[in-house]
Amino acid sequence: MAVRNAIFRLVLVLFAAGACLAPGGGSASEGIDAALVLLAEKSARKRQAGVEALAASGHPAAAPILSAMVDGKLYYRKDDKRLFVVAKRGREFDLFDPVAGEQAGTAPSKSLKKVKVNNRLRRAIRKALAGLNLTHADRGLRLEAAAGLLKSADPGLRPALAAALESEADGDVRAAVELALAAVDIGPDSAPPARIAAAKRLGASESPEARALLGRVVGDAKTDAAVREAARAALQQIEDRLELYRQFGAVFQGISLGSVLLLAAVGLAITFGVMGVINMAHGEMVMVGAYATFVVQELFRTFAPEFFGLSLAVAVPAAFLAAAALGVGLERSVIRWLYGRPLETLLATWGVSLVLRQAVRTIFGPTNREVGSPEWMSGAMELAGGVAITYNRIWIILFSLAVLAAVMAVIRYTAFGLEMRAVTQNRPMANAMGIRSRKVDSMTFALGSGVAGMAGVALSQIDNVSPNLGQAYIVDSFMVIVFGGVGNLWGVLVGAMSLGVVNKFIEPFSGAVLGKIVILVALILFIQRRPQGLFAMRGRAAEL
Amino acid sequence: MKTMMSRFRGLAAAGLFAGAAMVSAAPAMAETIKVGILHSLSGTMAISETTLKDAMLMLIDDINKKGGLLGKQVEPVVVDPASDWPLFAEKARELIEKEKVAVVFGCWTSVSRKSVLPVFEELNGLLFYPVQYEGEESSRNVFYTGAAPNQQAIPAVEYLMSEDGGGAERFALLGTDYVYPRTTNKILRAFLHSRGISDDDILEEYTPFGHSDWQTIVSKVRAFASEGKKTAIVSTINGDANVPFYKELANQGVMAEDLPVVAFSVGEEELAGIDTAPLVGHLAAWNYFMSVETPENEAFIEKWHAFIGDEDRVTNDPMEAHYIGFKMWVQAVNQAGSTDVDAVRQAMYGQTVTALTGNTALMNVNHHLSKPVLIGEVQDDGQFEVVWETDGPVVGDAWSDYIPESAKLTADWTYPWVCGNCEKPMF
Amino acid sequence: MRLLDLKGRIFLAALAVLAAGAALLNLVLPEGAVLHVPNYMVGLIGKYLCFALLALSVDLVWGFAGILSLGHGAFFALGGYAMGMHLMRQIGERGVYGHPELPDFMVFLDWKELPWYWHGFDSAWFALPMCLAVPGALAFLFGWLTFRSRVTGVYLSIISQAMTFALMLAFFRNDMGFGGNNGLTDFKDLFGLDLKDAGMRAGLLLASAAALAGGYLLCRWMTVGKFGRVLVAVRDAEQRTRFLGYRPEHYKILAFTVSAMMAGVAGALYVPQVGIINPGEFSPANSIEIVIWVAVGGRGTLVGAALGAVLVNYAKSFLTGAAPEMWLFVLGGLFVAVTLFIPRGILGEIPGLWARWRDGRGHHG
Repeated sequence: MAVRNAIFRLVLVLFAAGACLAPGGGSASEGIDAALVLLAEKSARKRQAGVEALAASGHPAAAPILSAMVDGKLYYRKDDKRLFVVAKRGREFDLFDPVAGEQAGTAPSKSLKKVKVNNRLRRAIRKALAGLNLTHADRGLRLEAAAGLLKSADPGLRPALAAALESEADGDVRAAVELALAAVDIGPDSAPPARIAAAKRLGASESPEARALLGRVVGDAKTDAAVREAARAALQQIEDRLELYRQFGAVFQGISLGSVLLLAAVGLAITFGVMGVINMAHGEMVMVGAYATFVVQELFRTFAPEFFGLSLAVAVPAAFLAAAALGVGLERSVIRWLYGRPLETLLATWGVSLVLRQAVRTIFGPTNREVGSPEWMSGAMELAGGVAITYNRIWIILFSLAVLAAVMAVIRYTAFGLEMRAVTQNRPMANAMGIRSRKVDSMTFALGSGVAGMAGVALSQIDNVSPNLGQAYIVDSFMVIVFGGVGNLWGVLVGAMSLGVVNKFIEPFSGAVLGKIVILVALILFIQRRPQGLFAMRGRAAEL
Repeated sequence: MKTMMSRFRGLAAAGLFAGAAMVSAAPAMAETIKVGILHSLSGTMAISETTLKDAMLMLIDDINKKGGLLGKQVEPVVVDPASDWPLFAEKARELIEKEKVAVVFGCWTSVSRKSVLPVFEELNGLLFYPVQYEGEESSRNVFYTGAAPNQQAIPAVEYLMSEDGGGAERFALLGTDYVYPRTTNKILRAFLHSRGISDDDILEEYTPFGHSDWQTIVSKVRAFASEGKKTAIVSTINGDANVPFYKELANQGVMAEDLPVVAFSVGEEELAGIDTAPLVGHLAAWNYFMSVETPENEAFIEKWHAFIGDEDRVTNDPMEAHYIGFKMWVQAVNQAGSTDVDAVRQAMYGQTVTALTGNTALMNVNHHLSKPVLIGEVQDDGQFEVVWETDGPVVGDAWSDYIPESAKLTADWTYPWVCGNCEKPMF
Repeated sequence: MRLLDLKGRIFLAALAVLAAGAALLNLVLPEGAVLHVPNYMVGLIGKYLCFALLALSVDLVWGFAGILSLGHGAFFALGGYAMGMHLMRQIGERGVYGHPELPDFMVFLDWKELPWYWHGFDSAWFALPMCLAVPGALAFLFGWLTFRSRVTGVYLSIISQAMTFALMLAFFRNDMGFGGNNGLTDFKDLFGLDLKDAGMRAGLLLASAAALAGGYLLCRWMTVGKFGRVLVAVRDAEQRTRFLGYRPEHYKILAFTVSAMMAGVAGALYVPQVGIINPGEFSPANSIEIVIWVAVGGRGTLVGAALGAVLVNYAKSFLTGAAPEMWLFVLGGLFVAVTLFIPRGILGEIPGLWARWRDGRGHHG
């Protein structure tokens, strides 16, 4: 069966190659008409046959049609089943005829129907596209195609791959094609020596597919013993590397979790650590920042969609200002009257937190709001099978460190920072020196709230933007502060990072829930040993 | 405006409590039929339940415009149980005993339903519960209009194992640690065993509510998926935790055609908070999708947009469940000629309604609906597109056949069984 | 100081009238009679009285020993769970799966036998003392660790919050064997009496009232005598008290443990009346709310704490029905207003007002 299948495919490929050589597309267009009719069929099976026939036709329009199909842009007209690539414009669609390669006017959306794809079709299309693009002029597309063929590991593609390898000059693409070839060669249709060589090549690869292919060979008891042994050795090689990467991945994930904790806690380190206000509405300041991001992005979407990539850069100051303004309002109206009574600030700010949550629910609705990620924050760097470092996490780590550095700089190097420290250390003396301590209080609280708002921008990238956003972080933030030592920003940094990393090392063994419990209990016990946290500091906070 | 009325009435009634005299409120004038709406409007569940409150208000508004029920106006009584489970029980009691509502539409989480259940049974109230749930229950006083596990989970997994669904042979079952995922996964494990899939090919992971850091688990699943067999993720992750989960999936570059996720708690409303472009092709199993093209659905969506005053608001499966439930209740009341709970219950059995999907939903004697199961794929506009559908309606099964203790139980509230969990008829 | 001052006597008398009156008017008068107290009101009053006892327990440690516990909800919930376990065992074969020993949730989680910590709870003689012992033991352990290392003030508040948060996460886990998120529910009867029976309900209401009265007397007894004066001294100047030769940590541990046991009793009485106990009771927000009840009523006044609990909860019951979309604004605003304008709470402000009024009259007269 398998041999017959392979022969059939070989014929298809040869046919395709022949079609490529044929001058112009004229003779092939009849073949693709039949394929195109199949694409508009209701049955997924027929559509898949259409995809395969289209790919085999080698028609120049095949690749654009297939990529439009996988992107959900391929429609057919209901009355004559003709296919169009559409660009949506409200209830009108701009039509493009892919076979003729020209615009075909517009049509109301109701007269068209989408060519449906499911996951199986998507796989078939990607494979077909990869086959078509293997000899494309664009290097990026060739690379992508080779990576795509690695996934399908189809023995029928061996001739095409071999041909591509022959003509390929670029080193990276060559390596990718060789790997794809190895993925084919390790299959049961090849001879044992070829399979052993393929196993060696796969063992050196970082891709998750290599691991999957080797695993399949090792797991198949019918395989030749020598092949199995080679596959097992190659797999071991991958596993060893993977273990190393996993450790690294856990550290990275821990730091990333720590950076989230850090962001959530820095603002609190100012309002709680420096001013002694137990601000239960701190989480809501974070939430306000996240909603500010949402508003900024909505404005961008409406007025300047082409600059959407800049939206987060604008959102950072916007969130800072929104939360800081709210902070000033809160300080002037409530907190001001409660200084020196930290426990009462807890009660009042809890009330404020209830009101803010309900207010956001009333204004923005109770459901999640969509905050998008700009291009430059999406995606990941693949280290090895299953271990990836995502760009948005890297940005969040950098952002959290930048925020911390900025706050430290403000406190250390600006006049306001000096006044703030003066008021914290000795209020009557600061007053005597002409510092308007009331104003400094307001500004300090605004700074703490504003920083919380900036945290909201980052959290909007990884979490829900909903009225409950803040509640999820409030307990953790207090833990970080208490652990690190109240009133000490370095303590917050060390506290957040160590909690994050420890958590990520415990999690794989204990599960997410138990891991968190272990951390909390350890924290309670730690506080018994060191009631002042990692780094104790003298100041107003020390006498709380 | 009707709610304002009830608020004032509530004010007056509650004022009487303040004096320790404890004068019971004068019997309410019976010119309206009261319908209780018991959905959280604050707290963690407000995110999902507020929409259902609005949907109910719309349905009631609609019937009043058409002349009401039994010649009377229908009056909604809205309360806020605030995602606080004991408060659900208190509010349910208040609705039935004090407000004397004819029926209650409400609850979302299993625990809220468990909390009000004894109250409804004691006071012989009537609850319509609109959310997909773990089954293993059939109360005389509850009609379950959401999906039971055999109407959602099992067809979805069958689809994943089919050729069209990608022929998965390995499953990662991810869920939030509470009763619905636990039970569903238990049923699924038994089902997968019956299909020859061994425990080595099943990974089960639970996370706390509102879990937001998915890095470790997504990495683990990707490693699990790269061990040679075609893998799929079955997600019973609840509510808030979904957005960070899907964001992490997208960022780690998990493509639907390589590692599809089928979710049972993710609908249009949940997707509204995410950029779905990287998620195209992931799946969800429901009995309704907003994208279904039927005249009923188009009319419903139009009405919803007009009622809520926002063209961007989506509809979802639990809303359709309330739509079916409310229509059925109205039909049953008309048939019984009264809102008396026992009469209405008897009239409910065999009641049919044309669902928004154009199919006929039927109320069975086990208090669960028969309705078809749809599998939808996430599209880049946050909608689902139906890629698969059961041949006909599936009968909601109160007691799963895949759990030995429950396989032997039968729920049938008509003679001679008259029982929700019996091994033999009562009569 | 006398054990019972005027305030206390008024409180106890009002409590007796309220509880006995509500129970009698519910049981004796037929439904529909003018003065009939409906069933749901009996349950509601019972619930408020449990909350009042809980508030009292917080006031004992916060008002008199200066320990602001943000984790008292944990003790309440543990008492509740102990009672809930007893009630679960009482269900016996009447569960949906009809298993003679295992509660329903264990049956469908495939547990084959009862975990060791569930043994004994079938007997009320074991379960009822556990309602006191479990919270008491946890409080003693927590206090022993914390007060001896002199963790005070905000630090203490935050780690008590961490404690209840950790417990919440733990109880959420289905593997713990406490029913996970759903908790324990579907109770049938207590001491062989049907929980749905009106007489049983009235009985539970009276028991709650008696527990509240008892708790109040205990708090008074602890706070009026020498012990109470040392406690207040610890609250106001812990260092000085230590220098005078007292061991503040002993006083604090004792007060904290007694308070936790009171909270446990409140939880145990609460569970049969509301019919469910679940991990939500451990949530930090709940514990903060308890402190707010005390603050509203008046910290350090005992009666005020009980009053605050009843008032805030009544407001919540009323507003969630009357203004379902606005009630959080009202309640949140109330908390802010109370801290800003009546920082000593309702009962805390009354003596001052009284004195001012009397002085004003004195000037005129």
